Amino acid sequence: MNLHEYQAKALFAEYGLPVSKGQAVDSPEQAAAAAADIGGDRWVVKAQVHAGGRGKAGGVKLVNSAEEAAAFAKQWLGRNLVTYQTDAGGQPVSKILVESCTDIDQELYLGAVLDRATRRVVFMASTEGGVEIEKVAEETPEKILKASIDPLTGAQTYQGRDLAFRLGLQGEQIKQFTHLFMGLAALFQDLDLALLEINPLVITSEGNLHCLDGKINIDSNALYRQPKLQAMHDPSQEDEREAQAAKWELNYVALDGNIGCMVNGAGLAMGTMDIVQLHGGRPANFLDVGGGATRERVSEAFKIILSDENVAAVLVNIFGGIVRCDLIAEGVIGAVEEVGVQVPVVVRLEGNNAELGREVLANSGLNIIAADSLSSAAEKVVAAASGDSK
Amino acid sequence: MSILVNKDTRVLCQGFTGSQGTFHSEQAIAYGTKLVGGVTPGKGGQTHLALPVFNTVQEAFEATEADASVIYVPAPFCKDSILEAADAGIKLIVCITEGIPTLDMLVAKEKCDQLGIRLIGPNCPGVITPGECKIGIMPGHIHLPGKVGIVSRSGTLTYEAVKQTTDHGFGQSSCVGIGGDPIPGSNFIDILGMFESDLATEAIVMIGEIGGTAEEEAAAFIKQHVTKPVVAYIAGVTAPPGKRMGHAGAIISGGKGTADEKFAALNDAGVKTVRSLADIGSGLSEITGWTAP
Repeated sequence: MNLHEYQAKALFAEYGLPVSKGQAVDSPEQAAAAAADIGGDRWVVKAQVHAGGRGKAGGVKLVNSAEEAAAFAKQWLGRNLVTYQTDAGGQPVSKILVESCTDIDQELYLGAVLDRATRRVVFMASTEGGVEIEKVAEETPEKILKASIDPLTGAQTYQGRDLAFRLGLQGEQIKQFTHLFMGLAALFQDLDLALLEINPLVITSEGNLHCLDGKINIDSNALYRQPKLQAMHDPSQEDEREAQAAKWELNYVALDGNIGCMVNGAGLAMGTMDIVQLHGGRPANFLDVGGGATRERVSEAFKIILSDENVAAVLVNIFGGIVRCDLIAEGVIGAVEEVGVQVPVVVRLEGNNAELGREVLANSGLNIIAADSLSSAAEKVVAAASGDSK
Repeated sequence: MSILVNKDTRVLCQGFTGSQGTFHSEQAIAYGTKLVGGVTPGKGGQTHLALPVFNTVQEAFEATEADASVIYVPAPFCKDSILEAADAGIKLIVCITEGIPTLDMLVAKEKCDQLGIRLIGPNCPGVITPGECKIGIMPGHIHLPGKVGIVSRSGTLTYEAVKQTTDHGFGQSSCVGIGGDPIPGSNFIDILGMFESDLATEAIVMIGEIGGTAEEEAAAFIKQHVTKPVVAYIAGVTAPPGKRMGHAGAIISGGKGTADEKFAALNDAGVKTVRSLADIGSGLSEITGWTAP
């Protein structure tokens, strides 16, 4: 789960880390009031969406008056911001962060991620801040400095000092960086983060370190023990169908093809999409109905798949390991009847009682095509989606 | 011969009296697994499925001399369960549960490594040596004792590979689900090394998916250390970047972890890759010269 910048900065502030004075607002009037409240004569106004590249897309602006802040809020609130990280539709803006302006001397980068290969949380720092860090890593990997955290002992201050010296920081900045490093490490651990990024981390014209941006991603598996973060969830930033699926504990990802896929198991769901493509079709979605492909779950899955109007045919691919395929077949028939599915449905059942399951489907009198192998199921659904009834 | 488990493996179940633990323990016993007891705190001294229940893994280990433990407890308690089994001296821990926080797994994995304990999973179907010992949630009846070692990040894709190797009459030496999480207890390399030294294993099927670099690391290992024929399939050619495809570990991030990169690395290592998951059995025939009996 992602957080907005204003939420990330509120967490930074709780951990005693240097962030700008700011307020997140949801109306032009509040934007003007926030500017007055923060004080000074220059402010930065930032559209809050779960995507990077906001500056280039016009979603960040330096303003010189409360009126300008209000005008920016009016321009963006209720609209979608399209950046290179969003899809063509962009992400809806429902909050604007109004902040005091910071004079920048230098831009650095500081981030932390889970490194799967070394099984460690790894901090990365670079003097090349403010730009796409992936590019820096690609073109000049020597400019990414790393510190690996031992999961049993946690981060140590010497690791922060080491990074600070290697970044070329001076005097008081060494202490500031070490404090920042230890604070972020604690935050990562306490809040079950999956990713943390401050880009840029700046050195102000007074020579102090300051977090100018904040990006946080939380490990979804750990949300159950992070009630405070759960409350920060903003469903407007997510695909509507994906959010609906999540309510039923179905894993759904929208794609741009026309063949709906319903599968048990994440790996098999991906494999099914791939085999559809291999046979010349284009999958409309990834959907894992999970182990217990019951009538209720299958019904909900059909509803979600069919809410995508591009879907011209559906492939149901179930490997009935422990569950009996004839029961799954009855579930599919019930769901097709209940939902009133209009498009052709190809069903491949494998495993326990598979033949009986196919018989049940064939005798249903519904527009259900039973397939006896994965390849033939893919062929049949591709044909069905292109209107070929063979 | 086989890897990890055989007919003599003495197995404990943590979360024994819960619904998952009960159901899958019944299935395991019916399959012939030597289940020797279970652990449910507070239910020590009771009998469940005609086997003794213990309050702690330590007690259970002392009373039963178990070699392995399978964990069905809910995700919030898995770190504790893994560490408890490790501390008690269980040498093989198989964690089936899905949804364990990643930071919990970092600690559990590090501790198991330090103690020299083999951890399989989490978020996996488990381990089976057909005809001898089934630890986990896989359907026993699709397996056939035989000569193919199967290692996979996905449960249902393992079943597909099992079914094809059974239908072709090759059978399986052992099958290991390493799980779909970003921090697995064991990776492909660990299991590939075991299959390479196992006398019963004559060929290997490896099933990967998008996300991380475990397949690339496996490819480098195969090139150096594996002499047996390997067939590989990678799921997720059509997966879009930045989206988590069901498994916590199945995500292409920062342009890394794509199926195409993994296929390329495996091809380069001399592995027979198949682009359709329906071709695993025929791919094996092709590189081994085996024909269906």
